Amino acid sequence: MIREPKPVRWVLRLFVICYVGLLVLWPVFLVAQRTLSPGWQAVVSSLSSPEVLLGLRLTGIATFWSVLFNLVFGVGISLLLVRYEFRGKRLLSVLLDLPLSVSPVVVGLALMLVYAKGTPVGRFLYGIGYQIIFATPGIVLATTFVALPLVIREVVPVLTEIGDDQEVAARSLGASGWQTFWRVTLPGIKWAVVYGVVLTLARSLGEFGAVKVVSGNISLQTQTATLVVQDTYQDFQQQTAYTVSLLLTLAAVLCITVVALLRPKEKLS
Amino acid sequence: MSIEIVGVNKSFGDFAALTDVHLDIPSDNITALLGPSGGGKTTLLRIIAGLEAADSGTVAIEGVDATGIPAQKRNIGFVFQHYAAFKHLTVAKNVGFGLSIRHWRKRDVDKKVDELLRLVHLEQFADRLPSQLSGGQRQRMALARALAIEPKLLLLDEPFGALDAKVRKELRDWLRRLHEEVKVTTVFVTHDQEEALEVADNVVVMNAGRIEQSGPPVELYDEPASRFVMSFLGEVTTLDHHLIRPHDIAVHTEPVPGGVAGVIVHWQRIGFEVRIGVRPQSDSQDAPEIAVRLTRTLAHALGLGEGVRVWLEPEKGATVIPALEAVRPAA
Repeated sequence: MIREPKPVRWVLRLFVICYVGLLVLWPVFLVAQRTLSPGWQAVVSSLSSPEVLLGLRLTGIATFWSVLFNLVFGVGISLLLVRYEFRGKRLLSVLLDLPLSVSPVVVGLALMLVYAKGTPVGRFLYGIGYQIIFATPGIVLATTFVALPLVIREVVPVLTEIGDDQEVAARSLGASGWQTFWRVTLPGIKWAVVYGVVLTLARSLGEFGAVKVVSGNISLQTQTATLVVQDTYQDFQQQTAYTVSLLLTLAAVLCITVVALLRPKEKLS
Repeated sequence: MSIEIVGVNKSFGDFAALTDVHLDIPSDNITALLGPSGGGKTTLLRIIAGLEAADSGTVAIEGVDATGIPAQKRNIGFVFQHYAAFKHLTVAKNVGFGLSIRHWRKRDVDKKVDELLRLVHLEQFADRLPSQLSGGQRQRMALARALAIEPKLLLLDEPFGALDAKVRKELRDWLRRLHEEVKVTTVFVTHDQEEALEVADNVVVMNAGRIEQSGPPVELYDEPASRFVMSFLGEVTTLDHHLIRPHDIAVHTEPVPGGVAGVIVHWQRIGFEVRIGVRPQSDSQDAPEIAVRLTRTLAHALGLGEGVRVWLEPEKGATVIPALEAVRPAA
């Protein structure tokens, strides 16, 4: 490694600390401070308001399904992309990255165009008793959509790197496709999957734009936690807004910490 | 268990990997598929294993047509060039993989794994991960893993290709001895002619998707069916428009009838051996140098050295084949 002269190193360090501090640490610290400064009483009471409870519940539901769908779908699609050759593979892989590059608001609008009550698909689903837009399924759909590429992006490079040697060996030893997947492929990509799931979890917890459009943002009915934050902040209930914000931040920090703690053990063993 | 390959063809896009391959592989032997890379030998091995499907033709194992049987049902042990160790499993678990797939009881798996680890001298490494083993140890583990399923056939794809020269040599001897203990029909792929001649009972030389010749190593060496086989199985040089091995040339310091006259222009001494290059004195200026090998004692006795004039002829009983037109072995 090249050692830079001492002054350069200090300048670089200072720059990094300022950058991260001003962009991440200081704002998050202020949220925590504002939340906790009125005392625990205020925190508890703002958390127990019905709209906050409903918001957290909805966010929980949306995150659960988004993680589940993206886990199963993500691992499946990754296997398809890496292990099989087919026409339109490049196109598929570009399409899969789309949710990351398109603004979530646009995602929301696009979902509206397909599933709103006035459209053929929406009318059909409504006819058999399912409402998508302005209801929980729409929220799940939007959340799943925006977090779609995260598992795939983690798993594909690892699958490519480990190659199919081990899988072929397992087959030659008599393992069926299913046994090969559970005993050989999955253990090989385990950590990539865990990372992908954590990223999906964090992304789903924080989703705002797409959900705002498809949910209709109806208070006490279709407001997720992030929507509650916005609503309460604009309604001059800052305490509630800060509390929910801090809760969302802590959940994300917790996810990342758990992975960081688990990960080194794997490497040592 | 004998293998019978009839009329197998295989191409990848425009590239014909195998063209009309017919081959019988005898039981209980070690057979080497020998040839340059891209010659189709690995493809043939993978077709026998069922890891690749032939475009046409059949593979019969022990008289039963195996063409349509998938790899996991063939009960063939396969050892990969890069080991293909299960990285997340210990050595013992790796070896026992095929048995636990078959739902053996744990006690029986442990017993069998113990036995195999002793066979490949890895008993003290049972609880290590593959990443903690050397290349040679990993390859022995892979071999034990393939043997665990008691295969009717053991296939090895360039088994020593990724190892350094010294370990290669050890493993070669060891594979030979192992085969005497575990009498299982074995086929291995190699591009190293020395490895093929040393380890195999039966060598199949392949080139450009075809079988050039097959037979016992000595037969191939002494009676090559083509210039390709002759030059692939050992060094060759051209003497009087014939291919001949450099150590099959007799050197004289006096004219002999039918001898090729020349002058020694290169001289290299390697251990017990002397390698010389002789420029023939012929009409054409650009006649290629003739390589000759002889022992140092003979070279000294003849008083050879750079610039000395010599006459060359084939030794009696040397393998000689015409250099230009094809191709019948001269006795």
